Amino acid sequence: MHIRAIGLAREGKETPEDLDGAVLFHCGPIMKNRDGVWSVVAAGPTTSARMNKLEAEMIERFSIRAIVGKGGMSKEVGEAMKRCGCVYLAATGGAAISLAEGLARCAGCEWEDLGMAEAMWRFQAHRLGPLIVAMDADGNSLYEQVNSSLVRDRFQNLTSDREVSSLPVRSVLLLEVVNHVDDPLPALLKGERYQHDDHDQQSRQEP
Amino acid sequence: MIKLPEPIDDVVVNLLRLANTKLPYDIGWALEAAAGWETNDIAYTQLGAIMENVKKAEHLGLPMCQDTGIPVFYVRGKFDSSVSDLIAKGVERATRDIPLRPNAVDPITRENTGNNLGPGMPVIHYIPTSDDFTEITVLPKGAGSENMTRLAMLNPADGIEGIKRFVIDSVLDAGGRPCPPSIVGVGIGGTSDVCMSMAKEALLVPLDEENPDKTLAQMEEELFMKLNGSGLGPMGLGGSTTVLGVRIKKACCHTASLPVAVNIGCWATRRASARITDEGVEYSQGVGF
Repeated sequence: MHIRAIGLAREGKETPEDLDGAVLFHCGPIMKNRDGVWSVVAAGPTTSARMNKLEAEMIERFSIRAIVGKGGMSKEVGEAMKRCGCVYLAATGGAAISLAEGLARCAGCEWEDLGMAEAMWRFQAHRLGPLIVAMDADGNSLYEQVNSSLVRDRFQNLTSDREVSSLPVRSVLLLEVVNHVDDPLPALLKGERYQHDDHDQQSRQEP
Repeated sequence: MIKLPEPIDDVVVNLLRLANTKLPYDIGWALEAAAGWETNDIAYTQLGAIMENVKKAEHLGLPMCQDTGIPVFYVRGKFDSSVSDLIAKGVERATRDIPLRPNAVDPITRENTGNNLGPGMPVIHYIPTSDDFTEITVLPKGAGSENMTRLAMLNPADGIEGIKRFVIDSVLDAGGRPCPPSIVGVGIGGTSDVCMSMAKEALLVPLDEENPDKTLAQMEEELFMKLNGSGLGPMGLGGSTTVLGVRIKKACCHTASLPVAVNIGCWATRRASARITDEGVEYSQGVGF
């Protein structure tokens, strides 16, 4: 969709007017058509990095206000966001059913010839989320912060048995933990923090 | 022609529906355990969003992720060549009925075939054995994770440390793009193509199954610890849950080679198996080989 929109704009041809000041959602949804009416079945975000080479121009030409996607975008796009007042909202990758619920109504499709995953779909969103502001309009990027503080060789200098024994060494151990406690899922779904005991709290706070 | 009690194409539709709508039990447990372990608020939100989505998808019988991927099949046991047409028939029907997203395109023209079929599709691996069953396993593989696949032909002198370094760099360089917390499939040895195949097959092994090889089990544990200590977190937004597990497979290789492959499975590493015998069909979601 980016290639077509930019191509038309460069040639001075007409582009869909609702692209101006729009919120773009990087998504190849699964759509269903019943009696000519489109509805969304599943709509998780796609990897935004694939649009890195096109997004800066897209933001500038169409004054895009926000981009919803996953994985973040390049520094070049971040700079365009700063220049034009646009933000990047991270949606949870693969949460396709939850996000589909937030795309309440499908208001049509442009460029259907590009195929279901690449066409321009219009939605009226209601409570689409959760969304995390991962790149703001001041040039800050949560992805950059995380990447620059990544530790590539953690636990290289483990010396004491106590240090080793307090760490999860494989998910099988984690599974042993979960089998001994109450099901944390109900608390999680209600938005409550799962309560762990103090000993676990201490060892987890080690740098 | 070997006569099988259940029509293969029906089994394939059931497998694709099961794999795409229901997360394997071992991955669900690992996510719950991670939620209990995670202290980073954003990471906690991501894990919660994932788990809520998993529950909804199962309840509604809809694919949990919109990228229903390329269906990769493994046919094991006794079978004959008629199985490939029947699997293709099942994929086409599943695409229409579940529905799955049509993902197969010509690599150059990018024209979508519309039904997940085409030259080279579906992807089927055949493993004939002397067992008295036909086992069909499907691993719908999405592009987000698949695009982060890496192969390195290491110098044998690089050794175990070189292997670990390569796996860690591959996973951390991928960042949030393969939708962590992920399952890391690693292949060591073989020829380059066998190495890549093993890395993907490793994603079929359930997380609660211990690696029978002691050296590999130790490597899996160490990589699990180091990757979760990196700070990448769910969706690359920070936290202490970067991987749900590391699974390694090895095979003999040339004396002058050390191939290592990394195939990342997203949090939604979807799998389903059907074991067909004279008695009927038994479905499961945790058959590794």
